[in-house]
Amino acid sequence: MSDLFKGYKGPALELLKKFNIRVWSDTAVKTTRGDFKGIVLPRSENDDDTHIVLKLITGYNVGIAVESVLDIQEFGYKEAHYKIPEKQFPFSKEKKNVKLLGTGGTIASRLDYRTGAVIPAFSPGELYGAVPELADICNLATEKLFAVFSENMGPEQYKGLAKAIGEEIRKGTDGIVIGHGTDTMHHTAGILSFMVQNSPVPIVMVGSQRSSDRPSSDAALNLMHATKTAADSDIAEIMVCMFGPTSDEYGLLHRGTRVRKMHSSYRSTFRTIGDIPLAMVDRKKITPLRQDYKRRRNDRNVDILPFFEEKVGMLYYYPNMQPDMIDAMVDHGYRGIVIAGTGLGHVNKPLYPAIVRAAEKGVTIYMTVQTLWGYVHMFVYDTGRDLMAKGIIPAENMLPEVAYVKLAWALGQTTDLDKVKQLMLTPIAGEITEREPYNGYLIFQGGIPEVEEFIRKFHK
Amino acid sequence: MKKPFAPQQNYEKSRKRVGYTPRNETKAATYARLGFKCGLEVHQQLQTEKKLFCHCPAGRYHNLEEYDAEIVRHMRPTLSELGEYDGTALMEFKTRKIVIYRIKNETTCTYEIDDTPPFLVNRQALEIAMEVALLLKCNIVGEFHITRKQYLDGSIPTGFQRTGILGIEGEIPLCHKKIRIIQLSVEEDACREISDVGHMRIYSTDRLGMPLIETVTYPEMLTPAEAAEAAQYIRFLARSTGKVRTGIGAAREDVNVSITGGTRVEIKGVAHIAWIPELVHNEAFRQKALLEIREELHRRVGDGKDWKIDSKEVEADVLGCDFPPIRDARKKKLHLLAVNLPGFGGLLSFFTQPGKMFADEIGDRLKVIACLERPNMVHCEQPEKTLGEDACHWLRKTLKAGEDDAQLLFWAAADDIKTALETIEERCRLAFQGVPNETRKGLADGRTIFERVLPGPDRMYPDTDSAPIPVEDDLIERVRSGLPPEIHYRLGQFKAWGVPEDTFAFLLKYNLAPWLEKISSAFGVEARFVSVVLGHVLKNLMGRQQGGAGFNFQRLYDLFGFVREQKLDHEIIKVMLPVVFQHPNMDFESVLTTVNFKRLGREEILAPLPILKEKFKKTGTSKDPAAATRWIVGNLRKLALGNMPMREVTAQLAKGKKS
Repeated sequence: MSDLFKGYKGPALELLKKFNIRVWSDTAVKTTRGDFKGIVLPRSENDDDTHIVLKLITGYNVGIAVESVLDIQEFGYKEAHYKIPEKQFPFSKEKKNVKLLGTGGTIASRLDYRTGAVIPAFSPGELYGAVPELADICNLATEKLFAVFSENMGPEQYKGLAKAIGEEIRKGTDGIVIGHGTDTMHHTAGILSFMVQNSPVPIVMVGSQRSSDRPSSDAALNLMHATKTAADSDIAEIMVCMFGPTSDEYGLLHRGTRVRKMHSSYRSTFRTIGDIPLAMVDRKKITPLRQDYKRRRNDRNVDILPFFEEKVGMLYYYPNMQPDMIDAMVDHGYRGIVIAGTGLGHVNKPLYPAIVRAAEKGVTIYMTVQTLWGYVHMFVYDTGRDLMAKGIIPAENMLPEVAYVKLAWALGQTTDLDKVKQLMLTPIAGEITEREPYNGYLIFQGGIPEVEEFIRKFHK
Repeated sequence: MKKPFAPQQNYEKSRKRVGYTPRNETKAATYARLGFKCGLEVHQQLQTEKKLFCHCPAGRYHNLEEYDAEIVRHMRPTLSELGEYDGTALMEFKTRKIVIYRIKNETTCTYEIDDTPPFLVNRQALEIAMEVALLLKCNIVGEFHITRKQYLDGSIPTGFQRTGILGIEGEIPLCHKKIRIIQLSVEEDACREISDVGHMRIYSTDRLGMPLIETVTYPEMLTPAEAAEAAQYIRFLARSTGKVRTGIGAAREDVNVSITGGTRVEIKGVAHIAWIPELVHNEAFRQKALLEIREELHRRVGDGKDWKIDSKEVEADVLGCDFPPIRDARKKKLHLLAVNLPGFGGLLSFFTQPGKMFADEIGDRLKVIACLERPNMVHCEQPEKTLGEDACHWLRKTLKAGEDDAQLLFWAAADDIKTALETIEERCRLAFQGVPNETRKGLADGRTIFERVLPGPDRMYPDTDSAPIPVEDDLIERVRSGLPPEIHYRLGQFKAWGVPEDTFAFLLKYNLAPWLEKISSAFGVEARFVSVVLGHVLKNLMGRQQGGAGFNFQRLYDLFGFVREQKLDHEIIKVMLPVVFQHPNMDFESVLTTVNFKRLGREEILAPLPILKEKFKKTGTSKDPAAATRWIVGNLRKLALGNMPMREVTAQLAKGKKS
């Protein structure tokens, strides 16, 4: 019943009912502004309830105000069947087997009329229909684990994903690709780096910044790069594979614990912070940028450690932060807090009593830096020394989000805070590095002549 | 033994068969017999400060060599909301083009390059568009929906144009009939193409995103002249708002043409209205030619359902020909492919357009779809010497060709061969159906070349990045209350004022009717005189040279004001205007000095009268009193100009004679 009037409500719904008009009806509408002819389309649920939407014969959509309508006549019906052409994904003995695990996100997608949103299309057949080049790269199998947008990923999904990865590895896949929304891809990459250790095969996270319902989408190329990496690279780590430049040229393979989304909409939004990426990848080859990565192995051994304490939180410090922020977390049963402090890892004095109180109540607090680049150095200023004396532990150069997921993971397996500390400060997957190379911090400043000269020479 | 094939004669013969006549010899009845129909899509840039969906400045153009950065994109087809892939989209995907965008930071932000979603639509643009929609008498929509229209040629980095309908079903009056309007849309302009060679196309993004309106008419123009008249009317109508851009590229027309039995073919991006008649004339006959070819094919081959080409790779040496492009191809290590087209004998040299033949239809598609630069092929029916008779004979033998077959030879890199062969076969198969659906590029010489397959409504889908915008009644009423008079009302006014007809087009083109009205009423000058100053003197100046920086119509208004204030005779304006046009910032007193004007009283002007009369008598060139008057007045003209009307000088002379 409701399907007859997809997305319509209030006066618009009343109008359709009054004239006995369904969605997908081909209609002639008489209004006080003249006559309109077209197919009634579903209405996006978030749009107002005082207009109906028509698709004109020219392909354009227009809205008609309900109050202007004098009469509607139906003279036909044309329901859309929106489907990515599904083709059997070809199998080839010479090619490696790659498993694509879906979590939601927009790696391949189609439109949903009611919400106007993009919904994922996923089966190997659909993917082959949309990106036929994949068949030149690998034998692809897919499994949809969840259908959530990336902001809704949480502990349950993290654990499920880790277990599914373990299973695929044991079943013998040559590489794993994880389709993921980009917003929290680096959180998931971080936690998987701790939950899945010593993988014998590449585990590649991929998404897209422009949904695949648009011709200039980065989805297809990202997917090709990711499957290429999963099939052929010898880097057996958790990686994020997304555009290097905004141009359609190559992707970068970022280590899962050092990567971060750095722009709300750019294609080249993912950057390795405080280090350099693992490799570059294009459709033909993978070019390592460093050698200290874990290599692919033939065995099927992997450690799956699906732990996550939900009562861990993160505070982004700002001047004038009140101690009740920390008190509230302690009172609500939080067991661990990660602070993104200013500069070398600082917060203001008024927080001190709250920090002491937290420590007394067994809440462990780690310090990271909101500058993102650089180490926490708490010996330089008195403030830092004071804070350490009050129990705050510096988290070296762990990114705030990574420290957060790692603390949740560590507290998920033990209540012994010394053990937690040992887990936190022992690098597992590059989340803490001994040294920061000089080219690990490069944010070019536009406008400077030599930068402009460089930008002009290379595709952005 | 069969007579050797004579391509030139065959071409002439086919042209006769088509019935082609030059446009100036073609009567309306011929177009009626062909079933000629033409519709227009007129694009007009709007005069806004900023672009349509971002806050970059609009209307700033760069030298195409200047850029700050380059960005690369490829385009992939996507599905429309009705679940279909668009034909054009698939064709463009086949071409495997690398698209490079050259950006200047000044005119391009992250939006144009599709690294940021759109900002709220430019309201100023929407209101100007509303003004035009109301002038076109369109039904205004209740809600403006931004739709994505796919363009996979790369001219827009997103791969689609954001566009929306503001009004539908309007009309414009021409001299003898009304033309109905399908719709008026507001959309973002595309990139400017810098080059397109092989697999690489380069664009500049300065124009990208500028607000544009598109006015689409029904295909109701039945002669080339009507098409031009409608285009003019729509242009004048837009300009009458005073809120649209003028100048090169600010207004562009797409022209749809069809004849009975033919198909709608769209001629894109016609930069000058003056080109339209010749372009549509030639297109009508091209369609007729393609229908004749179809008939011939049906007679020879049938419906062509199982029609196929044969091809074979050959070596240049065995051809024994020294045609330069083949030599070049060899140097570049391209492959040479011989193709046999069964049943197409004599059709490759079949007339399609003046100086063009059916083989060009294939060559043009090879360039666009398979990215083979022209010349990309030769064939055995070329009037000019290319392959030579021996090579053609050898080709026929090698391809085991029949009597009725045609042969061509093309060269391509290995990667392009498959697409090229498909392209040739597809174009020939389409010949069995008649006129393919396509968009063609109009050239200045009145001919057209293939641009792409004509896209259908399947390339439209909703823009998920923006919400619909309600179009309220009070907005419509506010805009309606400020509408300029309609063009046909203006034409009536011009006639009533005695404005010379040869100034109408100029006055409307530059939207000068409001100035005409203003000057005439403010300074009590006859509208006719003002129209002559504008439509003759100023037009002449503008046709010859660029005005000095800062020249505008306000300056002209001030000039009339100055002349009035100084109590000068307004004829002096015709002499002053060239100086003002060149040096708009010069004060008017100095302009008077520049033109050697001296203030003289009546007496001083008329003082030389007796001497002049005497002088004329002495030279005695004519006894005609009118000639005497002309000569004497002509001599006094310099003195009188600006000081007293010439007709008074003439009157004085007549009076003098009587006394």
